[in-house]
This record gives sequence, structure tokens and C-alpha cells, in this order.
Amino acid sequence: MLDFAIIGGGPAGLTAGLYSTRGGLQNVTMFEKGLPGGQITQSSEIENYPGQIEVVTGLELMDKWPEQCKRFGLKHDMNEVLQVTKSNDVFTLTLGNHEKVEAKSVLIATGSVPKPANIKGEAEFFGKGVSTCATCDGFFYKGKDVAVIGGGDTAVEEAIFLANICKTVYIIHRRDKFRASPHEVEKMNKHKNIIQILENNTNEIIGDTTGVTGLIIEDKKTNEQKTLDVLGVFVFVGRDVLNAPLKQDDGSFLCDMNESGEVIVNLNMNTSVKGLFAAGDIRIDAPKQVVCASGDGAIAGIQAISYLQ
Amino acid sequence: MGKYIELTNENFEATTKEGVALVDFWAPWCGPCRMIAPVIEELAEDFDGKAAICKINTDEQQELASKFAVRSIPTILIMKDGEVVETMVGAASKAAFAEKLNALL
Repeated sequence: MLDFAIIGGGPAGLTAGLYSTRGGLQNVTMFEKGLPGGQITQSSEIENYPGQIEVVTGLELMDKWPEQCKRFGLKHDMNEVLQVTKSNDVFTLTLGNHEKVEAKSVLIATGSVPKPANIKGEAEFFGKGVSTCATCDGFFYKGKDVAVIGGGDTAVEEAIFLANICKTVYIIHRRDKFRASPHEVEKMNKHKNIIQILENNTNEIIGDTTGVTGLIIEDKKTNEQKTLDVLGVFVFVGRDVLNAPLKQDDGSFLCDMNESGEVIVNLNMNTSVKGLFAAGDIRIDAPKQVVCASGDGAIAGIQAISYLQ
Repeated sequence: MGKYIELTNENFEATTKEGVALVDFWAPWCGPCRMIAPVIEELAEDFDGKAAICKINTDEQQELASKFAVRSIPTILIMKDGEVVETMVGAASKAAFAEKLNALL
């Protein structure tokens, strides 16, 4: 039986692994379906990670984290966790290959996935022009016109990344100003090939057998519709937490959640179930920053040790 | 020990025209591609002699990427006898890829 099972290999899971193994736990496994690193590995530039003065990509920032954890004995199982249940103080994890693993304590740090904008054509053309990763797919639009949907930090940062590759980048936001930090917006304002379209709804992504050919937008004040001729549409409208492993057979969740499906925790990352911790983007009030997820992970790692003592 | 096959214009047809193949379109700058890299390596061992597990570096093989209309990476093609049976976009688990391959074997 595992002392501590960590579900998810992003900054929260990795830091929990580091603190729990370095703190003396012998039998700790992190379940991550592929190479650890998490969603931040899709980010084009990090300039607010403390101590990291040179601007790096998310991939570069996370590069050495897994190796550091491994040195203290953290094991990595390349499996997805489908479900966590608890009976008589023992947790059971059902894995993607349908094997079962038992653990004395569990951390859920599965993070989140990009939220769809829920517009017509989005699902149909996903992977055929619709993308949620500018660093991955910007390359396919060298010298072409693309659109970004969203107004937060991710949308603005990735619009700037795309502006260095693409001919024109339209950024469409439904509100009258961007939610992104003033620093990012100021950086965006310097790019002449980013066309900012505020107070517009995105109605439909259109295309043909080759993929996306355009995006229909609608002015919220005049209701006037317009088609932007773009080959790529990048969607950054927020994220949905990945709480599926906590779902029980009867449809309830293993622990208390809020109405958005985020796990309710206290300052020790304790959930409503003893021995079950949550950290990173999946918890309530998560600031969704690497440094915060990592801090959560450290707390959870330390708390797992005291729980087991 | 099985190893994945690096595909180019030269060996693509010969490698995929018969039997079952998995073709992973990737690039070095792509986080989710890096994430599934160890999965592809394990699949190459598990399916050694049963299916061709292949990778295409889209940065170097742009002709192949455009031939299959790849506009998002990772894109994973599941092929049988030279025909694309299924296209998967984005990172997935080893079990998910293995299931698709086993269904064709």
C-alpha cells in the first residue's frame, strides 16, 4: 500500500512529491499519464516566477522539476487515475489500465483543461484550425491571419506570441476592457498587427474540408455581424477543473465541492475527507499561478506526513 | 527492444502501407507533445513486431504535415494498411492509444 498517492504531475503534484519524500515518506507515487510538467508547459513566456529573472518558456521552467523529485525517491507511474474511493481509512485508486492501487493518503492535483467557448463550429473544427495552444500550433499559421478569443492574461499573452509569427492577429473580447494585467495589455498595444475588437460576441467558426476559414463576430451594441477571414482560431476563455477522479459510482463526489466543481479545502489543503488533500488549480479560490500551485503542493506534502504520523 | 520509427517522405509509405501503425505528429516546442513522448516510447516496446509506432517531426517534415492537414500538435493518426482509421488531437493516456491499436490487431 502506498503511503501517499499524488494524482497529477504539474507544479502542485511535483512539489508535494518533493516535500513528502524529502520529509521522510518512503512510498510515494505520482500518477501522471505522460511526462510531468503540467499545463504551464504550454505557456510561451514566464516572467513572474520569483527568482527566475530571464524570461523562459513554460517547458524550460519545468524542465528540472521531475529530476529533483526523483532524487528524493518520488516514483512516477505513467497512468491516468480514473477514480478514487475510500473505505475504512484506505483509499483505492482505479487506474486507466483498470488496475487498482491502495493508498493511506491521497493528493488530488489534476489541475484544469481549457474551457470551450461553446460556439458553433468549435468542436467540429478542433484540431483543424481551432486550437487552445498557441506555442504548439502557432507555427502552422506563419504569415497568415488568425483570431484569439478571450480577454484574460492567457489570451493577451498568447496573442502577443502569435503576433510575432502571424500576419494579423484579431483579439476578440466580449467586455469593454481586457481583464489581463495592465503590463500585458501595454505590451499588446505596441504590436501594430494585433487588432483589438472589444464588446463583440463570437457567433460561429466557419470552414470547409480544409479546416477553418473564418470567424463570425457580432457587435454587442449595433448587432452588426462581420466575418473575419482567418485560418486559425485560438480559444482562451478560462479553464474547467479536472475533478472526474473524485466522482463516485452514485454520481456524488468523494469530498465537498463548490458549485463550480472545485474542491473545498482549508489552509492546510485538507478536504472534507480525512487523508485526502487537494492542491493547485482544482481547489477553491486558486489564483492559477505556478508559484501558488507549488506552494499548495508543499503544504499538502507536509500535511500528508503529519497525517500519517 | 522496440524503438519508434522516425518517418520522412522517403519511408512513410513503405512503413505504413501494410499492417497497423500509430503516427505521432510532434515538434520540439510543443508541451503536450513532450508530455506524450515517453508514452510513445513505451508503446514502441509494447507493440514491437505487432504495430509500427512512428513519429513525424512536423518542423522538418512540413510536406507530410500538410498532406494530412495537420494544424494542431500533437495529432496522432491510427492507420491500417495505409488508410487513416482515426485521428486523435492532443495528449492522451497510454491506455487510450493501446486500446485503439488493439482494436485493429
